[in-house]
Amino acid sequence: MLSIGHIAYKNIYRKKIRSILTILGIALSTWVLISLLGFNRGYDNSLNRDIDNLGFQILLTAKGCPYEAATLMLQGGAALRYIPESVLGNLATDKEVDALTPMLMQVIFDPDQGESGAMLSYLGIDPKTFPGMKNYHTFVQGDWFKDPSAYEAVLGFEAAELEQREVGDLMLIPEHNAEIKVVGILKRSGTQDDGTIFMPYKAVQKIFDKEGQITSVGIKVHKEADIAAYEEQLYELPDVQVVSMASVKTTISNLVSTARVMVMSIAMIAILIAMVGVMNTILMSVFERYQEIGIMKSMGASASHIFKLIWLETLIICIFGGIAGALLSFGLSGATEAMIRYLLPYAPTGSLIRLYPQLVLRSIGIIVFVGILSGIYPAFKATRIKPIEAIKSSEGEA
Amino acid sequence: MNTLIKARELGKIYIRGAEEIKAVDLIDLDIEQGEFIAFVGPSGSGKTTLLHLLGCLDNPSSGELHIDGTAVFSNGKTLKEGALTRLRSALFGYVFQKFYLIPSLSVMENILLPGVFNRRAGQKENAYKISKRLGLENRLNHLPREISGGEMQRVAIARALLNEPKILLADEPTGNLDSIRSREIAQIITDLNSEKGITVILVTHNPELAAKASRVIELIDGHLQ
Repeated sequence: MLSIGHIAYKNIYRKKIRSILTILGIALSTWVLISLLGFNRGYDNSLNRDIDNLGFQILLTAKGCPYEAATLMLQGGAALRYIPESVLGNLATDKEVDALTPMLMQVIFDPDQGESGAMLSYLGIDPKTFPGMKNYHTFVQGDWFKDPSAYEAVLGFEAAELEQREVGDLMLIPEHNAEIKVVGILKRSGTQDDGTIFMPYKAVQKIFDKEGQITSVGIKVHKEADIAAYEEQLYELPDVQVVSMASVKTTISNLVSTARVMVMSIAMIAILIAMVGVMNTILMSVFERYQEIGIMKSMGASASHIFKLIWLETLIICIFGGIAGALLSFGLSGATEAMIRYLLPYAPTGSLIRLYPQLVLRSIGIIVFVGILSGIYPAFKATRIKPIEAIKSSEGEA
Repeated sequence: MNTLIKARELGKIYIRGAEEIKAVDLIDLDIEQGEFIAFVGPSGSGKTTLLHLLGCLDNPSSGELHIDGTAVFSNGKTLKEGALTRLRSALFGYVFQKFYLIPSLSVMENILLPGVFNRRAGQKENAYKISKRLGLENRLNHLPREISGGEMQRVAIARALLNEPKILLADEPTGNLDSIRSREIAQIITDLNSEKGITVILVTHNPELAAKASRVIELIDGHLQ
């Protein structure tokens, strides 16, 4: 039997191009909404994962810019300042400390890499403490070096690909004429470690002439320790910058918050545009069918029948648009992520956009809700059509 | 005979700028069940306005109007919209000069359209029966654009008959048709009146169709002659 839903569907089908364009508008809004809500969740997850992967909760660096320290903590990089290695002795006796790991980062430019050269990151680490903190590392070939002063290296996955090295190969450190032996190649971890060349920190000190110096100390704190209180205690050390996981999160969140506000504003504008688009389409459809609606009323259609008909048309368009938008957000998640990554001041490694069923359903729900809200006015307008006006508009008086 | 429609001093005034136009003026009219009435007269005489008033499509400005025992307009007040809708649905079937078929619906769906707003048992069977009677059984899955003008008007009649109305109102039902199709539609309407006892009230300029009516009422300047 014929139903109002069937009539609504057939009417949408009748104006294919216009319906498709409206659905496309809603789909784009849904895509933006899903991607941005997914970004909010994905960014936090990735940031937390990056920080968790550090293996330590506190990083000590030489006093300086906190943003530089945060970058060093998350992405690596050549610190411009050094702290004396002797600081390790003072820290080791603190009861809050579970483990310590010294690090010495050095970056040099290798003109022979690629077409126009590349920066190489050497991270000097302690083979006794560092691997225990980074227990997510697994090896494609070989294993960690054992001797803290050996001229040996473990390459991150991408560093190995860039250098085209395998275990047993010898590498020359440019400008320093030091030859090091590759003893291990890590599997891809999705972190900044993929592009790093790990070496014993004593060897890095010797090769780069930084003996007795390190760039940072990673501190793993006992589970029951009061981290905030211990941070306060560390600030008493001279010329030391304390970077905690919490402060890194806050610092990065502050950096990103402006960008977040901007993207959420874009989402709101996109939703608003879709809303106006839906209202325009449905209103146009109502005006075009002025006589039809009038004739339906002469056949016994009540105001609620007409309201239901127009509202159903809006609902169908919004549901199709919402589903298409969800598919778009899955299909274009790579491109969306690349675009967001380009816009952000700092982007953690791993997936920035996290799409999951509840998020997709919630976003479709928001779009459908907003869409049917925008259908209220056209539907109300349609219920006000009087049969006689509709008939007169086409026939005139006899 | 049972009086189905009773109008007393029925009037309709339109205001156009400063001008007051009496489209229907002080009309007294009784229509019995089963009658076949044809309103005739020159253009602008008020016959379509009167048809719209009798069909509850337009509100009178003055007088009294009772349909099937219901006071549609009395003491200057019209029935509420909901009650008018129910009355239209229960009593009337409308046929217009321009057919007003829904282009996106098939012939069968157009015939079934009034049933969407007033569900009754056996509507589909009734639709098949009517379409067969009107010779549309081979056109049911076609869209309106795929059938002729005469067929379109037959679909409009079938649609008007779906809810088994007591009164069939037709405004120039043959106005858009050639002479052969006009005769065909005139015969269908006459048969509906004589065989099914449906009260028919129509407006026409077609003398051949008017001649089939049991009562021809002429209007001039809003008055019955």
